[in-house]
Amino acid sequence: MLVLWLADSNLDAPTVAWSRWDGTGERRTMAGDETEPPYPDGLAALRDGWRLFQASSLLPHYPGTETQTSYLKYEFWFEQLSEVPA
Amino acid sequence: MNAARRLSTREVARFVARGFLEFPALTPSDVNEQYLEEMGRGAIPEVAAGTPLSLAYPEGSALARLYSHPEVAAIIESLVGADPFVDHHFVHLTLGEAQRTGFGFTDPLPSQHWHQDSTIDTRQGFDLQIMWYPHEVVLDMGGTRFLPGSHLRIVSEAAIGRYQNIKGQRHVVCPAGTMLVLHHGMWHGGGSNVGPSMRHMVKIRLNARVPQVRLWDDSDLTDKDFEQQPIFWALQPRADNDLHSILCENQPWYEADTHRLEFVNRIRLFRYLLGDDSFDADYWCSRLEFGAGRRNEAASGTREL
Repeated sequence: MLVLWLADSNLDAPTVAWSRWDGTGERRTMAGDETEPPYPDGLAALRDGWRLFQASSLLPHYPGTETQTSYLKYEFWFEQLSEVPA
Repeated sequence: MNAARRLSTREVARFVARGFLEFPALTPSDVNEQYLEEMGRGAIPEVAAGTPLSLAYPEGSALARLYSHPEVAAIIESLVGADPFVDHHFVHLTLGEAQRTGFGFTDPLPSQHWHQDSTIDTRQGFDLQIMWYPHEVVLDMGGTRFLPGSHLRIVSEAAIGRYQNIKGQRHVVCPAGTMLVLHHGMWHGGGSNVGPSMRHMVKIRLNARVPQVRLWDDSDLTDKDFEQQPIFWALQPRADNDLHSILCENQPWYEADTHRLEFVNRIRLFRYLLGDDSFDADYWCSRLEFGAGRRNEAASGTREL
């Protein structure tokens, strides 16, 4: 699994944060383990064979909280299937 | 009042903007070594939540010497006032290879997930979190990871654990005796210690007992700091240490739209600390308040410098 958080809602916006989990067990990942994102933007991940299956919605701002900042806003989930030995 | 120099307006503004200040090698080696010796024999006391700092630690102990160190005391006074309450302290130990072997395992423990301490907190002021490193921290020790500029994001503690890496994240690597002071909202987490030695970090959370208004040395504040300058189409470079530029410093992980909201929230916090709602930096709040009469009020009002 690959999750990219981008600078705006366009898939070609720059990556600002990222996470990876490897279900094959070949690689262990954890918080703070990298300094550079694996892809500069979401489109680069698509071009490298990742399948986008979810993107965060654009929601209206709840009255009274318009200037509040919170979780990273532009979240894109990708998957890639790998063969593993039986 | 403490004899050491309190923070300047610029330093406080930087704290408001970034959520932390760092002071490398602040405490002397005898205090650092005394702490490690006390820790080694289990002599770090428990402290009841809400105890005044002046009563929290036995006289002459390493932690009493830490908070009464003139420069440390001046930093604390500048941000949360003299003799704040100790909310809690915690001794963070990250096992090195020698300790892991002693416990019967070899693989380094994974890093801690990103989190914000305590719980959802919407107060105007802030608690101060001291992170003190009594020995040198090198890269393989997994020094505390933290995210500059994250402190004003309203999130729920470990809900941010999904994020692994964020542009601009920092890992503490520092000489012995280094102290970081952080806004309570700072996103952070302990790193993975892949080195041979134990890593120690002391965290002390302090609650202000007084309004956090102009507790610092504000003698560097001038009328010019309250004046607006050209924005966007600005042809002249800003002066070094320009207050508005300090408050409106961007971070590489901010979204294209949210960095402006961060500026608004920083300005609101700085207004509270300044005790002056007429202050604005680069017009971010004035624009939103147009029509509420604020501009006229600010233009005709007097202010205390």
